[in-house]
Amino acid sequence: MAANEHEALEATLNIHPMEQFKVTPLFGDGPVHWYTPTNVTLWLFIAIAAIVLLMIVATRGRNVVPSRGQSVAELIYTFVRNMIVDITGEEGLKYFPHIMTLFLIILFTNVLGLLPYSFTVTSHIAVTGVLALAVFFGVTLLGFFKNGGKFLKIFWISEAPLALRPILAFVELISYFVRPVSHSIRLAGNMMAGHAVIKVFAGFAAVLAAGTPLGIGVIAPIGAIMAVYGLELLVVVIQAYVFTILTCVYLNDALHPGH
Amino acid sequence: MENAITGDLAQMGAMIGAGLASIGMGGAAIGVGSVVSSFLSGALRNPAAASGQTATMFIGIAFAEALGIFSFLIALLLMYAQ
Repeated sequence: MAANEHEALEATLNIHPMEQFKVTPLFGDGPVHWYTPTNVTLWLFIAIAAIVLLMIVATRGRNVVPSRGQSVAELIYTFVRNMIVDITGEEGLKYFPHIMTLFLIILFTNVLGLLPYSFTVTSHIAVTGVLALAVFFGVTLLGFFKNGGKFLKIFWISEAPLALRPILAFVELISYFVRPVSHSIRLAGNMMAGHAVIKVFAGFAAVLAAGTPLGIGVIAPIGAIMAVYGLELLVVVIQAYVFTILTCVYLNDALHPGH
Repeated sequence: MENAITGDLAQMGAMIGAGLASIGMGGAAIGVGSVVSSFLSGALRNPAAASGQTATMFIGIAFAEALGIFSFLIALLLMYAQ
């Protein structure tokens, strides 16, 4: 009896929400080298194929009255363009390709991660860290090339009293270097947290299916999964938007330094 | 009765730490609510200017939410990835 209870407890507590983030090779079970096709490469490829399908193939007709796919592509284009012009002004449009690429990649990989049995590429710090570091290095180098030494004016706040400025400059410097950290962890953490919560509720559903008669108890966790899934849809789009708009804000800092 | 959790002291410590870490999410909820509440009270005073600032509201929500997500991440890592 004690052994059965222990086994039953062991079975119910075996919820593994982190297994879905493991990088596994597509073919076979060998070790993962840099050349192994993995589920990451597969889903990244699907995202890029979807982007090419929407942006290039759908707009091939170049109608004046746009077709469905073309109008969606135009919507995304004008959305990102207006965002850049609003925040950085006309000179930020030179960097439109990079920002558009960031927005499209993050949006498509996030949304594709919502499909069942798929893999969210942006839930790994390795992926979002590279995106955020590219933005950080790009913006810093751009600031120095465009403004020279005057770029350091973003740390020297002229509205503060003179005695306070060194301390404030130190604090501003630290918060400037924390930028890529928070930029990357925000996206990766949101993706990982949402999917892990869904997996935990799915574990509850499995337990209740085995535990209650006829499995009638699964209604509650499945309702919760539906609610969290709807929230995830919203969070996915908002996180792509926030990543892009923060990139525009950092770019504006580099192009027009000084408070 | 020997439980699956209390049999392992490190595991128990990790679970308690995860519970403590998830207290931080309450701060995130308060922060997001504060951002949206000030946006709403300003928007109901001046509805014409409200649509221009929805972008700022979303940025504020993302900043406030991010720190709560950090604490949730620590809780998840403690629970499942020792």
